[in-house]
Amino acid sequence: VMEDVCAKFVSQKISKTRWRPLPAAALQPPDLFATGSWDNEDNRISIWSVGHLGNVGLDGVYQGEPQLLCDIRHNGDVMDMQFLDQERIVVASSTGTVTIFRHHQNNQTLSANQRWEKAHYHVDQDTCCGGAACTGIICNNPEIVTVGEDGRINLFKADQKDAVRTIDNADSSTLHAVTFLRTTEILTVNSIGQLKIWDLRQQRNEPSQILSLTGDRVPLHCVDRHPNQQHIVATGGQDGMLSIWDIRQGTMPVSLLNAHEAEMWEVHFHPSSPDHLFTCSEDGSLWHWNTSTDIAEKPSFLHQGGRSATYLPHNTSNQSIVSAWLSNDPTKDRMEITNLILNQTLSVNSLDVLGQCLVYGTDAEAIYVNRQLFA
Amino acid sequence: RLLQVSKNYRSVIRACMEDMHQAATSTRDPALHSQYSTQVSILSAMELIWNLCEILFVEAAGAGPLLLRLLDWVRLHVCDVDSMVREVMSSENPAKHELFWNVVDIFVLQGRMDEARHLLSKEASANPTSVNMYKILDDLMKKMPVPGLGNTQTLTEMELKWQHWHEECQRYLQDGTFASNSHMESICKILLGDDDAILEKKELITTWYHFLVTRLLYSHPTVKPMELRMDLFLGRESSPESLDTILMAAFEFEMHQVIKECSIALSNWWFVAHLTDLLDHCKLLQSHNLYFGSNMREFLLLEYASGLFSHHSLWQLGVDYFDHCPEYGRVYLELHIERIPLNTEQKALKVLRICEQRQMHEQVRSICKIMAMKALRNNRLGSALSWSIRAKDAAFATLISDRFLKDYSERGCFSDLDLIDNLGPSMLLSDRLTFLGKYREFHRLYGEKRFSEAAKLLLLLMTAHIAPCSFWMTLLTDALPLLEQKEVIFSAEQTYELMRCLEDLTAGKSDKQKFQDDVETMKVEMLRLALARNLARVIVKEGTLEGS
Repeated sequence: VMEDVCAKFVSQKISKTRWRPLPAAALQPPDLFATGSWDNEDNRISIWSVGHLGNVGLDGVYQGEPQLLCDIRHNGDVMDMQFLDQERIVVASSTGTVTIFRHHQNNQTLSANQRWEKAHYHVDQDTCCGGAACTGIICNNPEIVTVGEDGRINLFKADQKDAVRTIDNADSSTLHAVTFLRTTEILTVNSIGQLKIWDLRQQRNEPSQILSLTGDRVPLHCVDRHPNQQHIVATGGQDGMLSIWDIRQGTMPVSLLNAHEAEMWEVHFHPSSPDHLFTCSEDGSLWHWNTSTDIAEKPSFLHQGGRSATYLPHNTSNQSIVSAWLSNDPTKDRMEITNLILNQTLSVNSLDVLGQCLVYGTDAEAIYVNRQLFA
Repeated sequence: RLLQVSKNYRSVIRACMEDMHQAATSTRDPALHSQYSTQVSILSAMELIWNLCEILFVEAAGAGPLLLRLLDWVRLHVCDVDSMVREVMSSENPAKHELFWNVVDIFVLQGRMDEARHLLSKEASANPTSVNMYKILDDLMKKMPVPGLGNTQTLTEMELKWQHWHEECQRYLQDGTFASNSHMESICKILLGDDDAILEKKELITTWYHFLVTRLLYSHPTVKPMELRMDLFLGRESSPESLDTILMAAFEFEMHQVIKECSIALSNWWFVAHLTDLLDHCKLLQSHNLYFGSNMREFLLLEYASGLFSHHSLWQLGVDYFDHCPEYGRVYLELHIERIPLNTEQKALKVLRICEQRQMHEQVRSICKIMAMKALRNNRLGSALSWSIRAKDAAFATLISDRFLKDYSERGCFSDLDLIDNLGPSMLLSDRLTFLGKYREFHRLYGEKRFSEAAKLLLLLMTAHIAPCSFWMTLLTDALPLLEQKEVIFSAEQTYELMRCLEDLTAGKSDKQKFQDDVETMKVEMLRLALARNLARVIVKEGTLEGS
């Protein structure tokens, strides 16, 4: 519902927003998120707190706009960001450096914990070693995989100084994003419309599988794997198209959905309700894709009477999910697509969903938080 | 609606003022503190000017309500009053407070009759001897006709009422009713609009514009602003500050003068650009064209937006401003957008999207070319190709293909097979690119031992002129292993074709060239031999009857 969206103007263009992950047995909603900025001479990583438990409004909704807890200077644009665990955030920079920041909860400060300079670089024919932007990060504590404009894939381990493994020239074009398919398998997307699967157990520097779009090789900018079904992957392209892939079957996407009018920057399956998908784009819109088989029956989240504990049900009926995403046909009434933004202006660069909460950031120098997604 | 917009602008200015004030009070560095405080005063001056312009120009209130607005304006911007009022009101015996009469006076000067009367009542209860005087004064103040307070009377009715009231005040004064109490007497004089009486309260009024409004209230509440007599207030020694000149120009309805003075006084184009735009929307600015063609509004917006483009991150906003400049906006945008530094691909993509949305094809091509060249220099052939596909730049695609082919000739194998093998329809962007894709396909077919298909493709590449002439030698050399196979692959016809190609290739060369390059000559000889042998075998094969 629109009224539950809280906006905050922050005087810096936001490139990434991420919820701090909840501990496994957590009952409360997420209350802390991190943002990264870009295009400033002085970019910053900031930690924000939103909604305090005591601050409950009339209908049980947590009031209050995000409060800045702490921030720290970051060298270069923030290209990607992910929480490694409750205290540490991994950040990818346009300078090619990858940094782990630690959030100290006791005194609310941030510090740089570990840094891999020149994780990504070009070997210029004229000059030597210019930095290349690191474009994507994925973490599986303690492992960190990074990809960049130099077509390189790095595998790091937190607290280990040198890279565990580096695949040089993994791709002749820019790698835009990476995700884990399994603990030993990653998937990358590049700027000539290809998905490549890499088996990290194998020593050879070749992808084990290549999938690509039919038709024009539109660059792919983002990717996300279905939380429960490891073979379902969604990608977003430069033309705003959303593609759903089944890794097991064939080399072409299962479905192509015409979505945004410009680059799709991020795509996220909802981690606990994966029949909901969220995408955001340069055209300033943020779409919520809902393939619940019964639209009228919303996922049973909390807020049936205020302060009762949150429980996040895991969808056990995988069958309906499979059929929902893989054999979808938007013309049938099964998929409901909503634009969550009323006044579209500049690009929505990033979003994150967790539980009932959505946070997103825009080029209009604003952060938005919605804590009642499925009202 | 435009009034609402104007109010929004002012609330933005006020919000900035708040933030600045916060920053000023919370900082411990004295240099920063003074910097912030200066900002606060500039912002407050801006709001003052804007507010006045809003009253006089945007709202363009009629004679009656105009005065009320001006009174509001004055009340809002003379803040010292509030602290004084608080002090007096919170004291035990307000009537005995030394600032008591100051507060009463300032209320009267600002036309806040109810509040003045309320305070006076305290004085009356404390001082029974002046009860009579008080009652009369109170009555006068109560009866004062105030213009435009939602009443339906006409201006003439109002003026008549006011005239009567004025005469009544005059009578009481001349009767000496207030003679024993100088405070009350001076108040009565003020009510009569006596300049000297008002001027006596100079310290309370503090600014000339306050004086102006007070004077209007008590002499001609129904008339438009008269001629300024600022010298009365300031005295002849002091010269007007820039703020004063601006406000004076506003009072005289000289809009262009206001804009000009603001442009000079303020260091940033934000204020004038937005104010002019608003006034333009109110259709108040005559469009007298400046001699280089655009009107003032557009000129100022262009200046402001150009300033935005030199900012590292505000360039995105500048685009919107240029969009709203009908005459020169596009040209300015075209020039500025190419100068934005593109340090990441993502930023380049955002800039490209802006260009594409406005059909700025030239700029799209040039930006893509810059990015593609950068990629090539870094040996990122896939990225380079991706940029040329975006720009539909066939020439560049050809360049990249040549680079691949050169690599192949030098190393004997292809780099970046993942790219070439997966070109898809983008292969058709340029002939050279098509050739590259097909040539790679030939190698794949050969690797898969699908020799006859490979042979057919190879021939096609030459006969259909897909292959560049420079590459024919390489292609023919590739044909050698096929010719040398145990099994005959090329048919007679195909062999003749190959021979023809070879002759075409060597025919062009002069005799001198032929003898200079030994390797070349040897290759040609070998080819001729292989072709001849193949021809022999195939003639026999084809001549032999099948199944006999």
